[in-house]
Amino acid sequence: MASSQAPVKLVNESAVEFLTTEMVEAMIRTIKDDALRLNTDRDSSLGNPNDGAGGPKDYSEGDEAMEAVYYKLEMIGFRVGERLIEKISKDRLRFADNLDVVKFVCKEVWMFLFKKQVDNLKTNHRGVYVLQDNGFRWFTRMAHDQSSAESVKKVTPYLWFPCGILRGILSNLGIASVVVAETSSLPACTFQIKIAKTA
Amino acid sequence: MAKQYKTLGEDIWKNKVEKINAELFTLTYGSIVAQLVKDYEDFTEVNKQLEKMGYNIGTRLIEDFLARSGVGRCQDFRETAEMVSKVGFKMFLNITPAVTNISADGREFSLVLDENPLAECVELPDQALVDELWYSNILCGVLRGSLEMVQMQVDAFFVTDTLRGDDMTEIRVKLVRYLEEEVPAGED
Repeated sequence: MASSQAPVKLVNESAVEFLTTEMVEAMIRTIKDDALRLNTDRDSSLGNPNDGAGGPKDYSEGDEAMEAVYYKLEMIGFRVGERLIEKISKDRLRFADNLDVVKFVCKEVWMFLFKKQVDNLKTNHRGVYVLQDNGFRWFTRMAHDQSSAESVKKVTPYLWFPCGILRGILSNLGIASVVVAETSSLPACTFQIKIAKTA
Repeated sequence: MAKQYKTLGEDIWKNKVEKINAELFTLTYGSIVAQLVKDYEDFTEVNKQLEKMGYNIGTRLIEDFLARSGVGRCQDFRETAEMVSKVGFKMFLNITPAVTNISADGREFSLVLDENPLAECVELPDQALVDELWYSNILCGVLRGSLEMVQMQVDAFFVTDTLRGDDMTEIRVKLVRYLEEEVPAGED
């Protein structure tokens, strides 16, 4: 089966960054809108729904609210990952094992998304893989204080989308996983992939 | 004038822009729209949310545009149209929509997109067709937000979209008014 050589379409990388950054804000807005909708059902004197800070509780920092934002961003990423892998690995042969898949993620997938490879891969050979990226591309545009706790807290939501992408990619390759990411010193970050044990 | 903007746009795209595979962009946008549809269910609201996202993006993107293009103020709205299509769209999305249907007073124009990276390989579900979802509505917001930052208040909206089965994809842009440059209170 010959693969057709259609020219690859390109866009400005900043278009992707603008979109993914605004996406985080938009999902936070949907949570606030949900909260207002639930409250206005009970009491209609609760201020202008267009005012993001309205309502009896400010959801901008509540844990429950951020969990909902996490869920949405991760799902957005998941759907992207599922479909992305079809495009990236069209011509690939089957993977030998899970490690092979993770290596593919560290090289080809990272190249596709971030124009570089993962800097370091560690595994305990029991289903846990830690991917380290010393210069996470999507952080490089953000103004930040290297390791201030505030910076770290601020950028965390921006990691949820790529976590979802990775989980979606693995899922479409038949691998169930949990993917979390953390950063302690920008612009470095690590992604931890836990692959469910098969019987 | 259009020709020099075309050359400028091509030069910026070729030499001053970091490029990435459009698939990531297309899939991300599609996934965002899907999530908004889930969250709001009402397509009018989704259109609104997409426009709002675009507006926010536009207010930031304009700086990138001005820095990379180095262009000065446009003489009139016609020039704005050419700038937007040949430099703006080219720089960010590598497309140059055609400027058409300029009104007699020069305060309105259309952009006809023969390509749209947001909508590659996208098919709308039936309900979205019935209930008027403008899939790429984020573009209207980007236009509104970026032009507002350069003192133009505009209305931008989709007239037709090939995703909806129309013959072409057309955005109408209307100049509402020029905005006074305001000096923020307290600044010298």
